[in-house]
Amino acid sequence: MKVDTANDRMAAFLRDNHDKVVGRWSELAMASVRGRTSLEEVRRELEDLCALIVRVLSRADEHAAGELTAALDELSRSRARDGFTPGETALGVFSLKEAVYELVADAADLVPEFLSFSRMVDDLGLRTFEAYSAAREQIIGDQSAAMLELSTPVVRLWEGIIAVPLVGMLDSARTQLVMEKLLDTLVATGADHAVIDITGVPTVDTEVAQHLLKTVSAARLLGAKCIISGIRPQVAQTIVSLGIEFGDIATKASLADALALALHQAGMKVVPL
Amino acid sequence: MDELPIRSGDDVVRVRQSVRNAAADNGLSLVDQTKLVTAASELARNTLVHGGGGMARVEVVKSATGRVGVKLYFTDEGPGIPDIELALTDGWTTGTGLGLGLSGARRLVDEFELTSKPGAGTSAVVVKWSR
Amino acid sequence: MERVPILTIGQTLFVSIQIDLQDESVIRLQEDLAEELAATGAHGVIIDITAVEIVDSFVGRMLTTIGSISRLFDAETVLVGMRPAVAITLTELGLSLRGVRTALNAEKGLEILNGKS
Repeated sequence: MKVDTANDRMAAFLRDNHDKVVGRWSELAMASVRGRTSLEEVRRELEDLCALIVRVLSRADEHAAGELTAALDELSRSRARDGFTPGETALGVFSLKEAVYELVADAADLVPEFLSFSRMVDDLGLRTFEAYSAAREQIIGDQSAAMLELSTPVVRLWEGIIAVPLVGMLDSARTQLVMEKLLDTLVATGADHAVIDITGVPTVDTEVAQHLLKTVSAARLLGAKCIISGIRPQVAQTIVSLGIEFGDIATKASLADALALALHQAGMKVVPL
Repeated sequence: MDELPIRSGDDVVRVRQSVRNAAADNGLSLVDQTKLVTAASELARNTLVHGGGGMARVEVVKSATGRVGVKLYFTDEGPGIPDIELALTDGWTTGTGLGLGLSGARRLVDEFELTSKPGAGTSAVVVKWSR
Repeated sequence: MERVPILTIGQTLFVSIQIDLQDESVIRLQEDLAEELAATGAHGVIIDITAVEIVDSFVGRMLTTIGSISRLFDAETVLVGMRPAVAITLTELGLSLRGVRTALNAEKGLEILNGKS
């Protein structure tokens, strides 16, 4: 039997048995929801999906397929947001097969229709899986970005003196963020001294040194004098052995030393009360 | 897709504006917009000064993963660049003393492709993706 | 062609770049500044680029050149108000503009010229 005819017959079957199909589908889908949503909500979602599936099967209009895809993507996204596994979401879709099978089991002449319908539902289930993955990727990406933001604070040490304590590896993505935050803070606070503390940067190789030099260069274009602090003994030896030159950028062992230098450069000194 | 002639200094300004609009409309951050427009300025100037004039195209593109980006094409029918590798090293300048700015432009974008043959003109294609 | 006006206030020349400059205007500015420095004997030049959204290698080199020219006239140049996005881009381009002093704004620029910094 041609696929089109099979699909037409299936569409008709689904239409005629709409309530039973959606009802049974919802019940079965509830099993994979594990009580996190109500039967009514599930039923509402599946009601819409079922209607779209019927439209696609009967090739009623050219928008049906696009709408079905969009609806599935939205379902995957919302399930992903709610913490469901992709398996749970896909199982929910696959259970439509079971629901329909139970109803056609007695009608032997609908077997070919069911086969092609079953294949279609398989594709739909797979699609939710893919959409789920894409949604999770997006969430992970957003969280990474948020973490990067949080791990790059810029603090005000004193009037006109700000500090950027770097913790963790300094790669080019991080450097971009550091530069942006540092420069924005310079503008916002009107500071003219910046201390970049690298105590928390585990390795300082040629690449990291270049990132630091870039950051200092950018800060200088906004009129700020930079001091690099937190040079540990091991790091100092690595820098020298690699032949890295910091030129005229002041470097200090500790943040405290850097603050003292910055205060001095700013024409201030600390005196006991 | 926008097509712009590059025949004068004013044209270079127009190219900058067109690229800026495309970048801003398609979700590029302010820093990325600035980088892309600056790269466009370098390449447009190169097309005008070294290539004897030419054309720029601005296109919005989508990656396989669904990211949106801005793609720029710069073409001219000038003398071409005899040694591309050399031209892409920092500090290389033409006889007129106006550095090509190509190596700098390359660092500002995500994708950079330069084709040139002496006597057959130059074509530069760059892409900057939104994050 | 747009011509950037140069203001003389006391011993300082002020230039405020407000628009997207065409190459010819950039060259013209350089020439005009050289002439004004020679004519006024000013001690300092403040170039305000707060409104400038793009600084490419051409403009970057003009700024360095202006710094050198000023020094020949025994004047100092301070570039003020560079936007963060522009600074990051220039750094990526490899331009450090070492020939000119920089400051966040015209007020701080003047402090540098008057020797307070």
